[in-house]
Amino acid sequence: MKKLFSFVMGAAVIGTALAPSANAWWWGKKGSEKASITVYTALEDDQIPNYLKSFERDYPNIEVNIVRDSTGIVTAKLLAEAENPQADVVWGLAASSLLVANDRGLIQGYAPKGLSNVKPSFRDPAKKPSWVGIDSWISAFCVNKIEAQKNGLSIPKSWADLTKPEYKGHIVMSNPASSGTGYLSVASRLQNLPSEEDGWNYLDALHENIAQYMHSGSKPCKAAGKGEYPIGVSFGYRAVKQVNMGQPIEAVFPKEGSGWDVEANALIKKDKIKPAAKTFLDWAISPEVSREYAKSFAITAVETDVPLPKGFPSNPEKQLAKNDLQWAAVNRERILAEWAKRYDGKSAPK
Amino acid sequence: MYFKKNFNKSFNILLLRTLIIFVFILVSFFIIIPLLPLFLKSFSDNKNNFIGLENFINYIQNPSLTQSFINSLKVAITTTFFSVLIGFIYAYALTRTRLPLKKFFNTFSLFSLYIPPLAVAIGLIYIFGKQGLITQGFFGTIPGFDINLYGFNGIIIGEIFYCFPQALIILVSALNLSDQRLYEAAESLKASPLRKFLTITLPNIKYGLMNSFFICFILSFTDFGVPKVVGGNFNVLATDIYKQVVGQQNFAMGATISIYLLVPSILAFLIDKNFQKNEASLISGKSIPFKPRKNLIVDSIMFIFCSLILILVIGVFSSIVLASLIKIWPYDISLSLQNFRFSNVAGNGYEPYFNTVFMSIYTAIFGTIFVFFTAYLVEKFKPLKKIRMLIYFFSTLPIAIPGLVLGLSYILFFNKPSFSVPFLDFKIFNPFSLLYGTMGILVLANIIHFFTVCFISATTTLKQIDKEFEEVSESLKVPFYKTFLRITIPLSLPTILEIGSYYFVNSMITVSAIIFLYPAKIPVSSVSIVNMDDAGDTASAAAMSTLIVLTSLFVRLIYEFTSRNVSKKSSVWINPLET
Repeated sequence: MKKLFSFVMGAAVIGTALAPSANAWWWGKKGSEKASITVYTALEDDQIPNYLKSFERDYPNIEVNIVRDSTGIVTAKLLAEAENPQADVVWGLAASSLLVANDRGLIQGYAPKGLSNVKPSFRDPAKKPSWVGIDSWISAFCVNKIEAQKNGLSIPKSWADLTKPEYKGHIVMSNPASSGTGYLSVASRLQNLPSEEDGWNYLDALHENIAQYMHSGSKPCKAAGKGEYPIGVSFGYRAVKQVNMGQPIEAVFPKEGSGWDVEANALIKKDKIKPAAKTFLDWAISPEVSREYAKSFAITAVETDVPLPKGFPSNPEKQLAKNDLQWAAVNRERILAEWAKRYDGKSAPK
Repeated sequence: MYFKKNFNKSFNILLLRTLIIFVFILVSFFIIIPLLPLFLKSFSDNKNNFIGLENFINYIQNPSLTQSFINSLKVAITTTFFSVLIGFIYAYALTRTRLPLKKFFNTFSLFSLYIPPLAVAIGLIYIFGKQGLITQGFFGTIPGFDINLYGFNGIIIGEIFYCFPQALIILVSALNLSDQRLYEAAESLKASPLRKFLTITLPNIKYGLMNSFFICFILSFTDFGVPKVVGGNFNVLATDIYKQVVGQQNFAMGATISIYLLVPSILAFLIDKNFQKNEASLISGKSIPFKPRKNLIVDSIMFIFCSLILILVIGVFSSIVLASLIKIWPYDISLSLQNFRFSNVAGNGYEPYFNTVFMSIYTAIFGTIFVFFTAYLVEKFKPLKKIRMLIYFFSTLPIAIPGLVLGLSYILFFNKPSFSVPFLDFKIFNPFSLLYGTMGILVLANIIHFFTVCFISATTTLKQIDKEFEEVSESLKVPFYKTFLRITIPLSLPTILEIGSYYFVNSMITVSAIIFLYPAKIPVSSVSIVNMDDAGDTASAAAMSTLIVLTSLFVRLIYEFTSRNVSKKSSVWINPLET
């Protein structure tokens, strides 16, 4: 028996000893000298270190702790933590999510330095805006050239093309009920046809061709990249990135224009707002980091001299379809209920 | 002298009562109370106005949502059937036959549980997807075969991967404890093998069987990882919750659906309680452990069966390893080790990996102690019957709570700085809030998330050990903790170690609850797998998964080694594998 005990205790002791400076680590290094801020973001993992370089250089005394997750998870986390917010700053989260958070009173309006450089459609018009954009993400199709050829499909060029009978069972798209990207495509169709009724008719026709509605914004493009399905309705940055990774993908920006949303920053309302949080927000729209954003995104909130990333249309701003973010946010619940009634559930494969 | 004996006895009972109440308070605070705020939300709209049963009615009236309920039932029934069947045969082979290479099969028995769910999906897609090895007949060398992965079929394969090891754990602990004397008696009465199986083996493990049905049913009924990735348009309740909570931030509806998810587990609890009334324990102080004899036919059939299962599992794992080495699947199949240098991908390099390992070690140690002690108090004693029943009931709940619901509930409860006392202008500091944002919350969430399987595995074992031990000790005036340390623990040691390794491997791969809870300074690798895959870096995600699988396998080997050494010294019982 003694042996068993010494075994268990031994394991516990080793476990604790192995933990690097166990106590600080367990309790989250509370005693450090640096000012530190917690930043919630939905920007992609591999971009973040590049962006942060200039911040770390200019503000060595501010420690930035990044929590990165997909848009839905970050938003759910923000809302669930409402009573005792953990984040100081939100960086690069969909404006439509920030509208929800603002609606629940979680955001403190703040006008960052250099706000005047931000294009008007990329920010909350209030004097102390609740959200300030950094870039825009737009819907696009990922078409796998090899699989398209195998199946004898021409490359679709427009939203209208996607409803052609030849594409039946070859298209995957994000489910608007689980993904913001899916929703922006749906919302854009509903706003850009003569009437909302026409929009629903279009979606009815599209539904006939859809093989799967997937639960994430980037998934359809990934599936196209692996040849699972020839066509994925996803977003531009994703499509272009996969092209640059060497996948046999063509990034198609639909002729009628793309649905879009803004990735934006916000200051979280809490009892003690750290000055470092504001410093971060000032930096996050600075020309220097905007140039970094511009290397991945065709459209940035602050105009830069960076040449357009490879694969985007030459005049990206023109690519944006009509979109009223406020309308999309207010009508979201109604649209998704209607969408689910029409397309969700009944579509289980036989 | 007389006085002293009496004092000892009442002290013993007092100590027991205190411990039972203490455990009751712990499980209440970790399981029930955190769920309350979220469940209250199911009666309100998203602005926190009370709306009664409206959410529930809306849910039932929506045909696509009721379809999900039916789909979930179909998935659960099919998965349960296959998982228990496979689990039982595999467990039988390990415990009751002279299976060749038994140690090898034992070491790899839980292998499919070591693979992070996202990696299982990647593996399945590489094998059975539209471009999969089997679908395309190994790059066109043999005729291909399309199983239609996306939808019901994919979900079932994925769920069996996940559920059969869970049935296996319980059934191994049930089959491990048996009495050789019964079989000898049957033999001298010339009973046929089938008769022995039906009249001795099956009745002896009925709790184990019941519980593995129960566990597999609920796990597959509530799991969301598999349907999310390979479910296609086949909606189930758990993906509905995901859509509501993550897709639309509609916590109220998410909470409502979670309550529907709890229905089968409450039913199972009631059935289980009725079932238990006529119980008799198996192992008494006089029992002799079962020693399997050679039987060429049975042994070879078992060998083929277990090999087939392992080939499937290892096949999926190999495709993950392959995925971590291949440049662009399926178009450029050149190999490189590039993907194991995580610093190129995410900023944190190997840090999340080590965090995860420590988190899993802590979960294994603290979780095992807590779960086994709880099961012991519930199973072995007479005082405070109602409270023990409640502890039992609470302990069966976590399995029915989807990780994502648990994660959000934990945020709502543990991130609350203080509670306000109703009707008074007064607030109490919430001591549990100190845990939030630390490693502690992750460990706790894991302990609770996987509590039920461990708890049931512990009670299954404890039930089979005769209460006679406790009764004899009581009449000999030996305090219960001495019996616990000297008899119960040594007898249950294989199960205890099994629980520890179960906690470890599950903590290594879990995502759903942790993704909401991990603090900024403690990134964990299961979340970075999701992030890498999100960023389109399947190869790095597969590389990290490979690392996790190898770690779990390594721990399993340590476990095999210790369990052999420890058990040699404690009792003959414990290791039928030694025979």
